[in-house]
This record gives sequence, C-alpha cells and structure tokens, in this order.
Amino acid sequence: MTLTPDAMGRALPRIEGGQKVAGTARYAFEHPVVGPLYLHPVQSTIARGRVTAIDTSTAEALDGVVAVLTHENAPRLADTSDAEFAVLQDDTVAFRGQYVAAVLAERSETAREAAELVEVTYDQQDHHVELDEDSPDLYAPDVVNPSFETDETVGDPEAALESAPVTVRQTYTTAMTHNNPMEPHTTVATWDAEDGRLTLFESTQGVSAVRTAVAGVLGLETGSVDVISPHVGGGFGSKGTPHANTVLAALAARAVPGRPVKYALTRQQMFDLVGYRTPTIQHVTLGAEADGRLTAIVHDVVEQTARFKEFAEQTAVYSRSMYATQNRRTSHRLVPLDVGVPSWMRAPGEAPGSFAAEVAMDELAVATGIDPVELRIRNEPAVSPASGLPFSSRHLVDCLRRGADRFAWRLRDPRPRARLVDGWWIGTGVAASSYPTNSMPGSSAVIRFHVDPSLDPALGAAGRYEVEIAAADIGTGARTVLTQIAADALGVRPETVHVAIGDTALPPATTAGGSSGTASWGATIADAADRFRDKWGDDPSDGAQADGSMPDNPYSGRYAMSAYGAHFAEVAVHADTGEVRVPRMLGVFAAGRILNPDTARSQLLGGMTMGLSMALHEESVLDPRSGHVINHDLANYHVTAHADVGVMEAEWIDEEDPYVNPMGCKGIGEIGIVGAAAAIANAAHHATGVRMRSVPMTLDDFVV
Amino acid sequence: MDATLTLVVDGRPTTLTVDTRTTVLDALREHLDATSPKKGCDHGQCGSCTVLCNGRRVLACLSLAVAHDGDEITTAEGLAPEGERHAVQVAFLEADAYQCGYCTPGQICSAVGMLDEAAAGHPSAVSGDVAAPPTLDRTEIAERMSGNLCRCAAYVNIVTAIERVHAGETAR
Ligand code: FES
Ligand code: FES
Repeated sequence: MTLTPDAMGRALPRIEGGQKVAGTARYAFEHPVVGPLYLHPVQSTIARGRVTAIDTSTAEALDGVVAVLTHENAPRLADTSDAEFAVLQDDTVAFRGQYVAAVLAERSETAREAAELVEVTYDQQDHHVELDEDSPDLYAPDVVNPSFETDETVGDPEAALESAPVTVRQTYTTAMTHNNPMEPHTTVATWDAEDGRLTLFESTQGVSAVRTAVAGVLGLETGSVDVISPHVGGGFGSKGTPHANTVLAALAARAVPGRPVKYALTRQQMFDLVGYRTPTIQHVTLGAEADGRLTAIVHDVVEQTARFKEFAEQTAVYSRSMYATQNRRTSHRLVPLDVGVPSWMRAPGEAPGSFAAEVAMDELAVATGIDPVELRIRNEPAVSPASGLPFSSRHLVDCLRRGADRFAWRLRDPRPRARLVDGWWIGTGVAASSYPTNSMPGSSAVIRFHVDPSLDPALGAAGRYEVEIAAADIGTGARTVLTQIAADALGVRPETVHVAIGDTALPPATTAGGSSGTASWGATIADAADRFRDKWGDDPSDGAQADGSMPDNPYSGRYAMSAYGAHFAEVAVHADTGEVRVPRMLGVFAAGRILNPDTARSQLLGGMTMGLSMALHEESVLDPRSGHVINHDLANYHVTAHADVGVMEAEWIDEEDPYVNPMGCKGIGEIGIVGAAAAIANAAHHATGVRMRSVPMTLDDFVV
Repeated sequence: MDATLTLVVDGRPTTLTVDTRTTVLDALREHLDATSPKKGCDHGQCGSCTVLCNGRRVLACLSLAVAHDGDEITTAEGLAPEGERHAVQVAFLEADAYQCGYCTPGQICSAVGMLDEAAAGHPSAVSGDVAAPPTLDRTEIAERMSGNLCRCAAYVNIVTAIERVHAGETAR
C-alpha cells in the first residue's frame, strides 16, 4: 500500500504550537495532583562497595518528612533481573551516584534538606572508571546495540592493506557525552492501593515501554499501570527506555498509598542516572588504490560499559555499509567499569562511528590528492556493502553534488592553512552521513468517526476522525505529522482529524527511537485507515470504528534501507587564541518523502547543531578518583548556545522510495548529527593544517 | 520558616505563604499552578525559567520568592491574555522556532525583555560602539539570547522569529 500525498508534504503548523508558546502544554511535573509528596534521593559518594549503615534518624525527625526509604525498608521488587531497575534492594554500590536512599516530604525544600541529613557509611572497594583499551577486562559482547554482530570480516583486509598503494592508519576518539534534554527526567507516581493501580505522569519517549517495564519490575498486571505523557521536553534517547528514577518514584509511591510522589531529577542527577554516550577509541585503517578506490576498511572500536549492566554501542556499524570495498573488518570491544550504564544518545553508533570514518576519508583524500567530495563519489557502492542487497534508494551522490554546488566547492583551494582573513584561519570541510530506515513492529491504532454538524462544510466531511495511538511527540512534530498521514490515509482534510497520543489508555505503540516513530506509527495508522475505509467506505456513520496494527513490510529483507546526507562546514580558527567558530553549515539530505518541511527542517537543523555541539563543546569529565562527572551542570558541561550557531541550513532532495513504508518516508531525527562533527573537524584541518582526531576540539588543540 | 507575601502573576495579585527557601520558580509552579515557566536546571544556567519581573527578564530559579513581595511577574502565558498572542509568540509559531517546547516560554519571555533592553540602548558583548544605539542583526540577537539554551536546537529559527518581530517593530 502506498499513500497518495496531499496533506503529507505540506508545512502544517504544529498542532500543539499555541500551547507551547504560551507554556500551557503540560509536561510530566506539571499535571495538577492533590496532596503531593516530594522525593529527593540520597546518592552514593563511592563508586564501588557496600553500604554498611544508614542513619536516617536526623532526617526523619525533620518536620514534614514522611518517610525515608533505604534498602532496609523499601518495598521489595518482583523482578530485579535488570540490575539498573533493582533500586534500594540491597547494600551493594555499583557506581558513584547510585540511589542509596530517598526522602519523601511535604515540601521539596524539606526533602532536599533531609536528604543531606541522611548519614551513610560505606565499605569502599577499589574502583575502575577510566576507559583504558589495554584493560585486562576487555571483552567482546555477544551483539552490539540493538542486535548487530559484534565483529565482521569480509575478504582479507590485512592482505589488502599490505598491498595497498595508499594507506591511512589512525586512532580517533570521542568524548563521554550526556543527552541532557531540557526537561529533566520526571515521574509523578500515585499508587491506588484499593484498586491496585499505579498512575505515572512520565517524561518518556514511549509510554507503552514504560508500562511494561514498570509493571514487570513491580509485579503488577500490565493493565494496572497507567502512563500519561502528552508533552515531552526532549529526550534524544535518554527517555527511550525507563531508568532507575522511574522505578524509584514508583517504589516510593507504593510506600505512601494515595499520595502522589513527585520526582524530577536535578540537572546534576541527569549526569548520574539516565544514560550517556560512551567515550570511544576507534582505530581506523583505510587501504586504497592511487585513484582513491578503497581496497580495505578496518574499523576497530573500544568503548565502555557498566560492570553491572551491559550496553554496547554499535560504533563501527557505520563502516559496514557506507563505502564499497572488497575487504573489511569491523569489531567492538568493551571495558566494563564501575560507572553508570551508557545508553542511547541521538544516533548511537552512527554519530561517533561516522566521526572516525569520515575524518579518515578526509585523510585519504589528502593522501591521494583527490577532492574529498569526489573521493566519496568514487567509492559509492552499487549494492549494500553490509548485506549485498540492492538499495531501496540511495542518493548520497546527489546530496554531495548538490551541497558542493551550494557551497561553491569548486572554488575551494585544496591546500590546508592557505586562507588567513583578519587573523582567522578559514577552511571548509565535507563529510557524508547515513542513518538506517527503521520500522518497529508492535504498534496498533484505532480510528473512530463522530458526526459533527458544526463542522465547516468546506472541509468536505460530515464529522471528525479520532485517531488513537500511544505514540510520543518529544519535539519531533509527531502529533502533527501523524495527523497529516491519517488525513491522507483516510482521504480527508487534516482539519477533520484529531490524533491522540502519549497515554497508555490508547492502543499501544512502539517507542520514539531509532528514527522509527513516524514510519512505524504512520504505517499502523495507514493500516487502520485502510480497514476503516474497507468497512465503512468514504461516508461513515456516527461511531464507525476500525483498528489497525503495524503491517509487515513485504520489502524488508529484500532491500537495504537508509537515509543519506552530506554535510558541508566552514570553520574559522583564530590564529593567536585558537578559538574555533563555525560560521556556516549546510546539510543536504535524501530521506524519502519529507512529510512536513517545517518540522523536518527543524529536526535536521537540531541534529546538525548537536553535531556542532559534539565537535566543539560536549565532554563529560569523569574524575578517576571519585568516579563522578565533575562538570555535571549546564555551566560546566557546555552545549551549543545561540551565539555558537552561524548560518546553518538544511535542505533535501526529492526522493521517492516505494519500498520503505506506505508514506515513502525515512526517519530524520538522527541523521542530522551523523557526520556533522567530521565535517567540522575536516574544515578545521583545511583551515589550519592541524588534523583533529578527537572531539570535542578546543582552542588548546590549535595552539602549538 | 515560612513567609507570607504577594506576587502579582500575569496581572492577578495572589497572597501565599511559602518556605523562605522557595524560589519564585517553585512558588509559581508548585504553589500557584503557573507552570508556564519551566525548570531546566534550577541553577541559573539554562534560561528555561525566564519570566519578566516588573518588565525585566529574570531567572525565576535564582530569585527567592520572599525577595519579590509585591512584584509583578509576567510569564509567557501572561503575554497572551485571553488567547491574544504576543507578536513574539506569533513569530515563534510562524518560524517553527521550537520543537519540544520546554525552553520556549523562557525563550519568549527572554526575547520580549531583550527587545526592550535593545530599544533602551543597552549594548551587548558584540556591540561595536557601546554608546551607539544597537543594531539588532542576527549576531546581536544570538548573543543577547545566549542565556537561553535549547537542546532541540531551534536556535536558527528563534533568531529568525525575533528578527522578524524587530523588523516589524522598527517598521511601525
Ligand atoms: S531553571 Fe532557571 S536558569 Fe535553568
Ligand atoms: S524546543 Fe526543546 S529545548 Fe528548546
């Protein structure tokens, strides 16, 4: 089934826009509740060991403190197989910042004060928190996120490198970074003991996943947990899966039946408990003919995980499908450390992996004397290098050409350190980008029709279509885009469609992750609309209803499906101070049908800006002595601010792809960040002649 | 220790009793159900909590409620009385100058305050001649808005929205 676009492709303004500019859209902490208690946790001050004693008496004596939960008195959890969720269940400390107690009080000020009065005694053990690729604990995980093979060898890369006329062999590193959505992770939990129901106002990328996880951990029926999340203040992956904070709030709510427990993480706690991007050490070797054609790609990655729970970022996977070569090896090794568990952060795998791969390509361009745009075009594969399947569509070359044109690339003097303007070294760089086109099985939707005589006859419908699906809009524009999809699937005007999302009272939906939301929920809605029209035709009666579910894609396994893009960046580096500025960035993408140009452009620009942030600003500094991130706030952990952004443009080529899904769309939430940091690093090299193999790059890197 | 004070929030005077440690932000959000200002950091580092206090932009998380007895606090919600949107809000909608919307009320209050500061002749760190009336180009706007972080990174569109409002105001 393929939808005929009418509403799709238009710049429909965001449906909840009016509420967002007034601030009346309610986020998790803001739903009115009666008689709330405020939760403030106590966190471990050691990275590894045991709690030997907790004295809560001073805290409990404080006026307004209702309870202090510790591993000694907290309710028992039904399922602690996921160690991240085993909150306050025993005396072990697995990382610095772990929850060791929690105060519930009538006032937030009291809760915080009391938390400081809880006295915890530890038996401290030696810890290891530094990523060291020579660690004796280094191991190969069974798979890497989500289920890619850990290692892969094609042909004979060592032999090919041996005989390659040109080789580039370098090590690249990326920093530990934290997602830091502006809205902190938040739960407001209420336990109704009589009915055995738990209600969570939650800030999440997927209410259905939270419901399943929390029900399992607490030993409740899935249907006894309600999760409500109409508006979410960003996530970028950290809200893609529940973390310990949600379990803590739910656990606390069970200890005080009838009282809503409000818990929003402080910004500092956001650096301890809700995931981060692992630092990476990446060894890349490229072998090529003198004409730039790749004969071998080797991409070996070392990164960290927590000792208590594994997360394996798929960093080298990018190199499996990007460029044509007969010989290839990719591998992942993990060092388990006494740290919080890493997790998803915007384009896990692709973002750090593309940095190494695309800077290495730039180094190969310099080594062979071939223009870096042309070098990528020469290595364009005919079929997917990873699977051997034909591409459903791949327009990387068009993106590169269009971008080169827009960036006046042909006028570029290829020599590095050749342009000094008013004391600034100026250069330009390019990098390619790709992100897989994912769809997740498991969503369902309901469409219901209500006659509405007050409706404007010009809209051509006798009533309104209610579309229900427990999807999430974390700022992506999902609510709006799903309305457009539903309108086209039903053959009606978007004004007559109302899409309800973000509530487990609605049919379950998959999580907003892997840039799969629109594709998965959209195909589900299209299926429901199909059934609706089969059943009721185009003139439904009041109360007409149909359900749908995520259909299988008959083309999956027959085509390789990804979005592609090309980043171009201009960098200025101050000759005396080394200050780095990025006056200009351009991204050109090929991502199937763009369903809403306004929200799409915003998302792509957002991803590119996060790439700028990765290139210049973001680095979580872990103190090896204490095991905690010392720059754990927004004054010391820098993210790109207004003044860091120069001229930044995102555009796309029109791409028709009949194979990916009924909408012909590819996910765009993550591709903007992929390759962006590499383009900036490559431009910095062109500007200064100093090769940047580590991000973030800072001014001291340029002052030699 | 508690204190009783009056805040005039979006034009409505309200008397409330709060812990003396309560910030203006928590007084608004937790005591008055005025949740338009957001809490992003509680440390004056993100700008999400920006409100106008007697017409000037302030960070509500860095202000103790007891120090603001009698003050007029305007939130983004108060900029749109009875749904009549402020020019900055209209421009934000038209430029798609937001994504998740969490930083947005703060960005909007900050923009309103910033435009007034510029109109009053206040220079910024990037103003060439600090004595001359500032010219609000994109660089000036971005510099003056840099206390308001947006993790979704709607920056390009936010600056465009403010540029348009300023152009409209200047034209009038
Ligand atoms: S919440 Fe006030 S500046 Fe961040
Ligand atoms: S719109 Fe999401 S943080 Fe600004």
